[in-house]
Parts: sequence; C-alpha cells; structure tokens
Amino acid sequence: MRTPRRNRLGRACAGALLAGVTLLTSAGAAVADDPSASASPADGETAGPTEAGTTFRTATAIQQEQTATADASTGDYLYWVFPADSGQRPTVRAKVSLPESATRHGASTWQVDVYDGLRRRQACMYGHQTRKAAPDAGTVELSCVLRTVRAWAEPWAFDPLPGSYYVRLTVTGLAEEDLGLPVHVETEVTSTAQGGAHDVGGALAEPLVPGVSLASAQQDGDSEQDGDSPQAAPLGSEPEDGWSSGWWTDRWLWTVGGGVLAALAAVFGYGLTRGTGRPSRVPPGV
Amino acid sequence: MITRKRLTAGVCVLLATLAAGFGTAVPAAADEPSTTPSPKVELVLDVSGSMRARDIDGQSRISAAKQAFNDVLDAVPEEVELGIRTLGADYPGDDRKVGCKDTKLLYPVGPLDRTEAKTAVATLTPTGWTPIGPALLGAADDLQGGDATRRIVLITDGEDTCGPLDPCEVARDIAARGIHLVIDTLGLVPNAKIRQQLTCIAEATGGTYTAVQHTDELSGRVKQLVDRAAEPVVTPVATEGAGSCSAAPQLKAGLYTDRQEIGKHRWYRVDVLPGQELRASVSVAADRAVNDDYGVLLRAVTTHGREIVRGAESGTGRTDAVSTGLRYPKPEQEDADVSDEDLKPAAEAVCLQLSNSFSAPPSVKTTPGMPVELTIDLVEGPDDASDVAAFGLGRGWWLLGVMVLTGLIAGLLFGWISRWRVAVWRTN
Repeated sequence: MRTPRRNRLGRACAGALLAGVTLLTSAGAAVADDPSASASPADGETAGPTEAGTTFRTATAIQQEQTATADASTGDYLYWVFPADSGQRPTVRAKVSLPESATRHGASTWQVDVYDGLRRRQACMYGHQTRKAAPDAGTVELSCVLRTVRAWAEPWAFDPLPGSYYVRLTVTGLAEEDLGLPVHVETEVTSTAQGGAHDVGGALAEPLVPGVSLASAQQDGDSEQDGDSPQAAPLGSEPEDGWSSGWWTDRWLWTVGGGVLAALAAVFGYGLTRGTGRPSRVPPGV
Repeated sequence: MITRKRLTAGVCVLLATLAAGFGTAVPAAADEPSTTPSPKVELVLDVSGSMRARDIDGQSRISAAKQAFNDVLDAVPEEVELGIRTLGADYPGDDRKVGCKDTKLLYPVGPLDRTEAKTAVATLTPTGWTPIGPALLGAADDLQGGDATRRIVLITDGEDTCGPLDPCEVARDIAARGIHLVIDTLGLVPNAKIRQQLTCIAEATGGTYTAVQHTDELSGRVKQLVDRAAEPVVTPVATEGAGSCSAAPQLKAGLYTDRQEIGKHRWYRVDVLPGQELRASVSVAADRAVNDDYGVLLRAVTTHGREIVRGAESGTGRTDAVSTGLRYPKPEQEDADVSDEDLKPAAEAVCLQLSNSFSAPPSVKTTPGMPVELTIDLVEGPDDASDVAAFGLGRGWWLLGVMVLTGLIAGLLFGWISRWRVAVWRTN
C-alpha cells in the first residue's frame, strides 16, 4: 500500500510544480503580449523634466514611465536619454501638439529615432516612427517599439544592449514657412519585461553608457586627471534601482523544475518495475 | 511520509525565495558634482530702424523685445554671466559703410546687475542698419576666455544687407574656432529671406531657430535658451585627426571634437590593453546645406590594416547629425608566460578611421569641415559569452519533456537491473 501512495504524492507535487511553472511563464507572456497594459497614461506616473536637450551631449535624462514635456520650435532636434536594461523591450511614445493650424502653411512629417549608448541607430520593430500631420491636425502621435534588449551581443552585431538610449524627435518635412513655430511635445518611455526566452548568456563589462570609463576613473580617485583632461559626462542615465546583476532568469526555474521532474519520473519508473504491491509469494499479514 | 511532505514544501519555499531574491540589483553609485566655470550668454538685439514697426501684439517690435528682456533679466540663473550687445543702435545716417559697423556692447559679459542691465536696455531706440555679421563677431570676442559653455542669442527682424560678410559664413567660422559656441536665433515677424539666413546661422553652430509672433513667446524662448546655457554639460577636447594611422593623434578615454571635410577621412589611435573594451561613438553634424542622402563609417583597424569591427550609418532627409559607434573587446592574454610579474602586457594600438559620405551642392563651401564629436570609452574586463543561453540553462516544454523521459527511462532501467540482480541472487 505504500508505493501507490508515494506515487500519488509524487504526481501531486509534479503537478503543482508544473502548474507553478505554467502560471509563471504564462503570466510573463500575457504581460509581454499586451504592451498597453503598462502604458496607460494616467496611472501613477511621475512628472518628468520639462525641457529637452538639443544634441546627444545635452540630451535630457529621463526615466522609464516618466512623461517628459518640452516647449520647442518646429525644426528643433529634441533629445532625451533613458536607461534600458536587459530583458526589457522599450516603447517610445511621443506626442507633438502642433501650432494653431491658422499659422501653419502645410502638412508636416514628424519622426522619432532611437539611438543606443554608442549612438547607433536602433530599429523600430513596429509603431509609427514617422507620421505625417495633415495641415489642420492638432496633434501627431509617434511611437517606436524597440527590439528586446539583450544582455550580450557580439561586437559585430547591432543588437540593443543594456545602457543609455537616446530619443531624437524632429520634423523631417514641412513647409518652409512653418520653421520656428512653437510646438509642445510629450515623450514617454515604457517597457515590458520579455521573460526568460530572451535571456542570453554573457554580460557586458559595463552598460553602454557614454562616459562610463571617465566616471569610474573619477570615482576611483584617479589623480591623473590634469587640467586639460575632459570632465566626466553626467551619468544621468541609470535605472532608478540600478542595473540588474544579470543573475536572475526564469531559466533557473525551468531547469530546476526539469531536474525535479526528472527525479520524480525516475522514482516513478523505478516504482513501476517493483510492481503495485507486495510480491504475491509473501502471504498477507506478515 | 511527513518528512517527505516537509521536503517538498521546503523545495517549494526555496524556489520561491530564489525567484524573489535575485531581482535585487547593485545600488546606484552617486556621481559627485564638480566645480564648473560659469556659462556665458550674450543677448544680441537688433535695434535697427525697422524695429519701430508695430506688429507684435499691437505694440512695436522694440517694446516687445524690451519687455521680454525685462522678464529674462529677472529670471537669469545666478551662475550665468550675461552680456548684451546691440546692432544698429547708434548710426541713423545713410552711409552704408558706417552703418554696417554699428554694433556695440551695451552691457559687458559678467555677473549680472539686474537694475543696471534693465536701465541700459530701456535707453534703446530703433535707429540704424542691421549688421548681423559684425555683431556676431563682436559677440564671439565678448565671450572669449574660460572653458565654459557659450551661447549667443540673436534677436532680429531684418536680414543682414551689409555684405560682403555673409553672417552665415561668419557663424560657421566662429563655430570652427572650437570654442563651443552656440548661436540661437529668433526672428521677429520673419519673411523667407530672414528665415533662411537665421536658420543657416543656427544650423552652422548647432543652435536653434525660432519664429516669434507674440511677446510671451519671445520672453519664454529667450528664458529657455538662457536656462539651457546654465545646464551642466561636458565640454569636449579639440583634436585633429590625421590622414593616416601612423600619424594619427593618440586618444584616451574622453570626449573630443574635430572637423571633417566632406569626402575626406580621418584617423585616430587608441591604445587598448588586453582585457579592455574599446567603445567609440562618433557623430558628424550636418552644419550646412547637404544633399539628402548621406552616411558615416567608423572602422577599427589594426596597425597592419586588418579591419576589426566597423560601425556604419546612413540616412536620408533632414537631419542634424549622423552618428554611429563600435565596440571592440580585446581578449585577455591567453598564455601566462608572456605576462610575467614585471612585464606589463603590451597595449594594442587600434586605429579608428572615420569617413563620411556627405555631399553638398557646388555652391556650398566645404571648408571648414563639418563638426565631429567623438566619444572614446575604455572599460575594464571584456565580456564574453560561454553559451547562447543565460548560464547555459534550458527553458521550455521540450526541455521538461526530455528531462522527464530521461528520468523515467533511467528509473525503469535501474529498477529492472536491480530486479534482475535480485532474481539472479535468489536463484543462486
């Protein structure tokens, strides 16, 4: 009678574990499939900066989930920089409030570009990266969904890596007379965690943040920094809770779970060869 | 049985703890503020005769400008050194030669005395010509000295008719001095010609152009520009790339600027130790009218001419800059014999070749070259991946299936073998 009970318990545990793993992964997938889940504009967002930079060097640092606003002139190149960590798939959204249509002379085309910490342009998987605003349109909304940030890639690859990301917003086509007219822009970056399927081996020595080596040299109390050596870049681009250590991935759960299941299956298999009860030769009640 | 249940529960708790625990990350390291020289801003105001026109919110252009200046002077951040220069304020006559030299420093660049500056602005009356070029040259001289950021805010309502000095060329020459000077332009009630001239000036120095139609727009924008000057920003170091790798300047980690002419390439050198990672990013700014299709290529090449890695980018349409980057992790030295205690591993000189494929209409001057911004980072410890997956771990239902099947087969085999052995033992 002992063996069947043991098997039942084993099966129950395996079932629970499987259910746990399923729940975990399917929850992750559900979040990943629905980018709007974390991107609704009203819930608990912190107000971001109200200015934007005009070059890579002067880009305004923002955090994810922050709404950055800026007043600018049509034709300005506006830059923001935000940190993105491995496993995230950032979505950049921008909303441009155009000047009154009475003062405008024609349609305008707006574009948002995203560059990584090495100033390499990053492709948008989908989203309205470029959009044309009709002459009478009040606003134009742009979006760009980046590829999932990987922990590591070969130097020859252009894959997105953990580090700073630059957002550049500008008008690419417009009636000449409309240059310099005031616009108001809102930018927001959200991201979805993509789960263990995108957890790759390896890690960068340092995230791709420009000026990172100078900053670390200064922190080390490097006295070699003489008068004409460049100053450290302000490292505004770091996630609020720091960069992830890259240690955790749900692959641990899968692998450990697999090991446990294999062990249980082995016990079960072993049990099968033992038969269902006592050997028939042994008389009952002994 | 109880022990078993406890064990199962224990495993579950352990897994949960693992899941919860590894999400935590290293705390952020705070960067220390450094003492920076105070940024300098000069407001250049057009006080030419045309500023008398009453077409901004029903008041004259000059009174709109004065009102805006009052607002701006009140709001200037403490650390900014502000100066005011006028053009066309003094000479009312018709002599073009004299009229085109009419620019003077109304309030010198320095710590701001708000009342004094306001009084000086209040005395202005629209008078003369519009010598933008000389005014810009004068303003650049006013801002000389120090290593801080410099900004000129030009407010005008008319085009420079003084010739032969094209203010746009003047602006580009000023920018080419490498003094990190940005010129922002504001056009009051602009027409096509003014707009073209002012956008050209702004573009040449990496500044912005604004068309002003209302007083509040004017004061808001000037305030914004002055505040922008006060933002702390890294000042790059000027360098000059060479035509070949052997003659190239040696760069350390840092931020550099250079000038690159259309269709010419430049070389730089960086020493990379084994175990270091070189990161280089570059942007070439389109500071003049260029054709619509363009590109930039950055190559890391060994001293023997073998290409290690490259970064390339091309684009089309309106742009301020085109940029690319590369990284080169140099592996650790393999054999320990070479790196003796007293023998430091030799650094490899990596040559960086920067080339661009901009093109410009023949009317556009190609000298001075286009501004280049080069960031070099050297990070310790190259990265490497031993496996495609994180830590070589598995994932997915196939993995589970294979593992369960393997376990089952192993269990069965083990069971049968032990059974067979018992049977053999019994028969013996």
